[in-house]
Amino acid sequence: MNPSKEFVVKIVYMVEIVIGNKPQAKDPEGETIMKDLMHKSGYDCVKEVRTGKLLRVQIEATTEEEARQKVFAMCNDLRIFNPVAHSCKIEIRGKT
Amino acid sequence: MKVAVIQFPGSNCDLDTLHVLRNVVRVQADLIWHKDFKDSEYDAAILPGGFSYGDHLRAGIIAAYSPAMVSIKEMVKQKKPVLGICNGFQILVESSLLPGALLRNSGLKFLCKWTTLKVETNNSAFTRLYEMGQTVRMPIAHNEGRYFVDEEMLKALHRNDQVVFRYSGGNPNGAIDDIAGICNEDRNVVGLMPHPERASESILGSEDGRKMFESMLSWLK
Repeated sequence: MNPSKEFVVKIVYMVEIVIGNKPQAKDPEGETIMKDLMHKSGYDCVKEVRTGKLLRVQIEATTEEEARQKVFAMCNDLRIFNPVAHSCKIEIRGKT
Repeated sequence: MKVAVIQFPGSNCDLDTLHVLRNVVRVQADLIWHKDFKDSEYDAAILPGGFSYGDHLRAGIIAAYSPAMVSIKEMVKQKKPVLGICNGFQILVESSLLPGALLRNSGLKFLCKWTTLKVETNNSAFTRLYEMGQTVRMPIAHNEGRYFVDEEMLKALHRNDQVVFRYSGGNPNGAIDDIAGICNEDRNVVGLMPHPERASESILGSEDGRKMFESMLSWLK
């Protein structure tokens, strides 16, 4: 038995993956929400709305950095976002 | 000569495509479940329209990881013709066999209507029998058909003559540069949002799509 393994504590991290259209790809859903809902209801102060997709992932890792790196690698490997049209943000939201 | 129509969970234009192949252009064709497909048995393959895996995450992305796509990539390498129609086009894009992305229609509505297209190149496995600049009628039926590439990639597509069809007389979904269909640099892989299989018999209102399947046969001869 490898003695160092005894002390490896696996933690489950909560990670949020936010996928949105790149600035040059129009977001008609965001525009409709802003123009036809917010502006028409008097919220003229809203200057831009961009919609996206949120994936909340629970992932096992030993450190926060490892969790981030694992999710980053997975997003690229599995094309969780299409790099031609989408941006992808990864945020650690704590431990479960 | 044998053509495969690959069936994914959610495909719903598979039988229409099979009908056109077998009964209209009269070529031997099989409907194959995506997990059972073996490229070595076929000369060409068609990824039909419909949905796949509920279009979850993004239309075509989950099917892009189907075992069938390993075989499709092998066919592409061997320069065999591969056509993606609608959801099939989305799968080819998500598999990186064709460049770009297919985003939600700019009008945020599912579109089911006839469109007029212009043949931009007849230098492809599926358009070689069309005249350059010819206009054709084919229907569309999609929610995510807004083709998108960045400026640099768009220039490359034009430079390499990879734009196959463009919408003519009205862009239904906001696709960049009115693009309805493209091909790869080797010209054996074509993807388009319109449905040629729904426009291959006069009783359906147009026979313009049939030449895509006939072009494939001509390419294989």
